Amino acid sequence: MPGLFIDVKVDPEVAKDPEAAAKLAEVCPVNIFRASESGVEVVESELDECVLCDLCLEVAPGKVEIVKLYEQK
Amino acid sequence: MSILITKDTRFIVQGITGREAVNLTRENLDYGSQIVGGVTPGRAGRDVYGVPVYDCVRDVVKAHGQIDGSIVSVPPRFTQDAIFEALENGIQLIVVVTENVPRREVAQAVELAKLRGARIIGPNCLGMISPGEAKMGGIGGPAANTRQAYSKGEIGVMSRSGGMTTEIASTLTNAGMGQSTAVSIGGDAIIGSSYAELMPLFEADPETKAIAIYSEPGGRMEAELADWIRENDSRLPVVAFMAGRFMDEMKGMRFGHAGTIVEGVEDTTAEKIKRMESAGISVAERIEEIPELLRKRLAEVS
Amino acid sequence: MRFYEYEAKALFARHGLPLGESRVVESAAAAREAFDAIGGPCVLKGQVLSGGRMKAGAVKFADTADEAAACFEAIMPVEVKGQKSRSVLVEKKSSIVQEYFAAVTWDGRAKQPVLVFSDMGGIDIEEVAETHPEHVSKTHFSSILPLSPRIAKEAIGATGVSGSDLNRLTPIIFELMQIFLRYDLTLAEINPIGKLENGRFVVLDGHVDLEAEARGLHGDLLEELGIGEDETRQARPPTDFEIAGARVNAVDHRGVAGNVVEFDGNLGLVIGAGGGSLTLFDAVRKHGGKPANYCEIGGNPSVSKAKELTKLILAKPGVERIAVMMNVVSNTRVDIVARGVIAGCIESGKDPSEAITIFRIPGAWEDEGFKILEKYGVEYCDRSVSMYEAAGRAVAKMGAPA
Repeated sequence: MPGLFIDVKVDPEVAKDPEAAAKLAEVCPVNIFRASESGVEVVESELDECVLCDLCLEVAPGKVEIVKLYEQK
Repeated sequence: MSILITKDTRFIVQGITGREAVNLTRENLDYGSQIVGGVTPGRAGRDVYGVPVYDCVRDVVKAHGQIDGSIVSVPPRFTQDAIFEALENGIQLIVVVTENVPRREVAQAVELAKLRGARIIGPNCLGMISPGEAKMGGIGGPAANTRQAYSKGEIGVMSRSGGMTTEIASTLTNAGMGQSTAVSIGGDAIIGSSYAELMPLFEADPETKAIAIYSEPGGRMEAELADWIRENDSRLPVVAFMAGRFMDEMKGMRFGHAGTIVEGVEDTTAEKIKRMESAGISVAERIEEIPELLRKRLAEVS
Repeated sequence: MRFYEYEAKALFARHGLPLGESRVVESAAAAREAFDAIGGPCVLKGQVLSGGRMKAGAVKFADTADEAAACFEAIMPVEVKGQKSRSVLVEKKSSIVQEYFAAVTWDGRAKQPVLVFSDMGGIDIEEVAETHPEHVSKTHFSSILPLSPRIAKEAIGATGVSGSDLNRLTPIIFELMQIFLRYDLTLAEINPIGKLENGRFVVLDGHVDLEAEARGLHGDLLEELGIGEDETRQARPPTDFEIAGARVNAVDHRGVAGNVVEFDGNLGLVIGAGGGSLTLFDAVRKHGGKPANYCEIGGNPSVSKAKELTKLILAKPGVERIAVMMNVVSNTRVDIVARGVIAGCIESGKDPSEAITIFRIPGAWEDEGFKILEKYGVEYCDRSVSMYEAAGRAVAKMGAPA
């Protein structure tokens, strides 16, 4: 389930990659990504805490999408 | 000209990988500040927006040579040690962002700074900015917002409240009055640099023509400023905005900053206004009156 | 955070300061027992945080156990500056030949601790300083250089005290200086220190304030004294609303949102930061508004913290709507606060466009924040509207039916 304001979509390939998962979990300052051996999980309760720092987009270019739900009609 | 900081000031960020520090590092870089390195113990080898991270200040100095300043943005219980580390590695200007640091730890850091001939700004502050040159700290927020609020000019700004530093600057900018340097000095009971301690710097800066300050109940800082102005026959007109007038009715209750509590008569807004006015400081009741009062005072001296 | 006298004395006892035998009692029967255990004339002192106990009648003397019981009954209903005693300290009465004053506090101007000593104790020290300045010494000392008794000796000697009095007082005052620094106190005061007929000294009354920011460093002491986390020890005890606010703020370390002070009006205030809150509270009152609360948002609070604060204020009985206002923000983010207050309204079952009278937070990330506010139909304004005007608009809206 998305948050009220923010949704985060991770490319399925990247989501299964433990190395990418670890990187995402490390860079996110608000713990939206939880890394495990099987890949990355998006922590729904933290989605609205996203500070739009783009650090996840930098470590996984083109593979992570931040959706601002308040920009949608 | 400006005081404390120019575009040539080279500084570091201690605690650079923290949530707040990441933010202010990006904002400072975007505004044109020179951040040469960052420190977070155990995180050497990383980088934050291209700024290399080291385990300790000594390693930054080894890699980049002498450093002018440091922003300390670490949790309260590590703050004193971080300041000591900066001081003992020869850093002369330290901006302490962290709040909730007990005053004993602050006083000890300030005393060591004095022994080392260094200056501390804060704690519990947003740092400072010389508009058009550079900024050091979270003051003004993202670069685009900072440029909107701060403009280059002749007014020196000092404020015990970080937020009100920008509110005052923004009001001045909207009224067509720029700032030479704006300093968020911090809201705690003991801080590195008070109004009176920064006045000599503004006094010596030919570009600064007048001063605007934010003031609130608690402490003796306004009295100290009034004394300084009187004793040094300052050339600079000063306009103060006084907040927290409602607190005069509520002795012993702490509102806002750690330093903001009315304990004695001298702490009340009424007494502070009296003291400041007797030293020739104009006191505004609303922020939007500041530009007009400054214009009036500037017209008198010219 | 002020300590009660019995707590201050428990702290002093930890460090071997000379004290008269005493017991804290909570009933007349216990007062009687305490008198018998101590044996002989006692003084009974109501335990309140405010000064002026003697004048108010919360300090009484007993020569018999019956009198001690009667004193207890007489003291408990007495209000000292609006506060009643939580208990009574029964203490052995000492015959005193002279009283002294000693206090250590921070001097924010000098940024050092200052030791104030006088050989005219027991009375208002500020009055002594005016009328007999030669009997009051003020001695600053370093907080980093080695602390040694000579500072205490010089401070005492400066008021003309010499001989065995000087030598007996020095270790007591030196200990007080050490206690001050060791426990992060903002005030460590003994007034008076009494000189007994036998030439020894005894601590008769003590005032101790521990810095709120340092509570976490002294958990052991606070636990030993039984001081709970909810005890703020401000000028009045915290209300349930204020305690709930402190809990909201304590949930995570990100920014500040929750330090609330309760008032009885109908306009809920979600305001910040430190200075901005003071400015806005003044402005709301100047426009004739009735604030339901004071609060602060500062630093960069998480969305959930801003949300919980909003919910807390909206749940307060009598609160009709809220005003969300701050100065031009630098590190607080407009979009993060907007998300928090809107989510707070929704989770409270209210329409944000109805519940929020005005949103005046210009500054960092305002474009992003304004997009969110527009989506939810919340009235907002930018920096071209002053804090004073924004407060006026919020108050004006309260006049209109919700």
